[in-house]
Amino acid sequence: MNEASDLFSDILYLLDRFGGSYLSGVRNTLILALTATFIGCLIGFLCGVLQTIPCAKTDNPVKRFFLALLRVVIRAYVEIFRGTPMVLQAVFIYYGLPYITGGQVKFNNVWVAALLVVSINTGAYMAESVRGGIISIDPGQTEGAKAIGMTHVQTMTNVILPQAFRNIIPQIGNNFIINIKDTSVMFIISFTEFFAAHRAAVGATYRYFPSAVIEMVGYLCMTLVASFLLRWLERRMDGADNYELVADDQLVMAAGTYNHPDKGTPFDERSKEYREQVKQELNFGRTRGDR
Amino acid sequence: MGEPILQVRHLSKAFGSNLVLKDIDFDVEKGDVISIIGASGSGKSTLLRCINLLETPSSGEILYHGENVLASGVKAPAYRAHVGMVFQSFNLFNNMTVLENCMVGQIKVLKRDREQARQHAMEYLEKVGMAPYIKAKPRQISGGQKQRVAIARAMAMDPEVLLFDEPTSALDPEMVGEVLNVMQALAESGMTMLVVTHEMAFARDVSSHVVYMNQGVICEQGSPEELFAHPQRQETRDFLSRFRKG
Repeated sequence: MNEASDLFSDILYLLDRFGGSYLSGVRNTLILALTATFIGCLIGFLCGVLQTIPCAKTDNPVKRFFLALLRVVIRAYVEIFRGTPMVLQAVFIYYGLPYITGGQVKFNNVWVAALLVVSINTGAYMAESVRGGIISIDPGQTEGAKAIGMTHVQTMTNVILPQAFRNIIPQIGNNFIINIKDTSVMFIISFTEFFAAHRAAVGATYRYFPSAVIEMVGYLCMTLVASFLLRWLERRMDGADNYELVADDQLVMAAGTYNHPDKGTPFDERSKEYREQVKQELNFGRTRGDR
Repeated sequence: MGEPILQVRHLSKAFGSNLVLKDIDFDVEKGDVISIIGASGSGKSTLLRCINLLETPSSGEILYHGENVLASGVKAPAYRAHVGMVFQSFNLFNNMTVLENCMVGQIKVLKRDREQARQHAMEYLEKVGMAPYIKAKPRQISGGQKQRVAIARAMAMDPEVLLFDEPTSALDPEMVGEVLNVMQALAESGMTMLVVTHEMAFARDVSSHVVYMNQGVICEQGSPEELFAHPQRQETRDFLSRFRKG
């Protein structure tokens, strides 16, 4: 019991002393993860769309060559950035670029470097997700679009991508949550996000575990909120489960609008009075007088 | 008869070493309702898909008003806009409502404005009896209803000829009738139609011309009366006798 209250008082102490830096850490983490996921998605969509440009044997050789080249380049990008740790990528870009260019290219702002690294990394993962999302859409949808004369670009933007996007929202959510957690490795380029606040607090007080508890709870809260918002977005995109019949045109024959023999009589099941009567009966039973 | 819209000349299609269509020749004239019948695997659907350039023929020509659409430099999308197609599996756009399905082609391909497209779409949706369902998504309506929407979508593009690829084969028996009724009404309104079908009654009663395909070639063709009452070839007789029994 004593340990629990010690932990509690340590946490309160840390929050009191470093609360501001924890909070600004949360803010930086969220801004970085959100922006980088967004840019990463754009990169991913671009790569996915470019990779799925149809290429028939009958197309002219120049086009086929460029498409093949494009696929090789995207493939290399995906394999390299998916296959190496983000910590090292950060080092390569933040310290490596100024090194090999002799200071020509350097980052005055650590934000730019961090955004670049996380975006490119997310893009590599999203490229494959988007490609998968596109090829998973039933080819019949493409044929239906082609059959009414749509070009490849029109088919993509109007029919395939909206459906693919819906299907890869869980993947986007995955990447967003991974980014919230994995931006912690950006301490290597001295980016001050949530985990950097932990390092600062621990460095000053040596209270490792209490600070780790704050971090754990903090990260979990961020990811839970992210999950919740993404689920909500999915449901919103699916639209309503039901639909309304539209019968504003009197010439249209639709259920409930035609002249049936009971219309206007007390037996008209579609009349308001009849429905009201049935409701009353269900609620209160038939009145004695009816019998 | 009228002017030919489509002329198919020496059309062949091979998938790898498998020759699916061999030297197909036939014409589609304005107002024709041509039924293509034959056993599964005889190349009927492939022929239709070749005509709409969903498959690239291996050799031969497809002339649309005398112009070869297989020539290089011909834009397939522009040609397809004039040749509507209705699929066995409906292929409605799942991300759009019934009304949007019928409008998107008009807006994006024919560059009509939204209001004009909506009115035109409604006109055909009313004809197929789907006007009350314009707010529904394809996943919310039945197979027969989907196919009627698909017909309205194709018709809203004002095509010169409408291709039907086994439009009733994926439907429950009780829904076949509603789709066939719509097709019959279209045929009677003078629409030029090319129908791959297993519905022999439709081929016999509605079409103006019947083509019997067997193993990738046109085995026999003629008016429905001739072909159904007096088939000349043994293969045709064998094929039709299977339906008589059933």
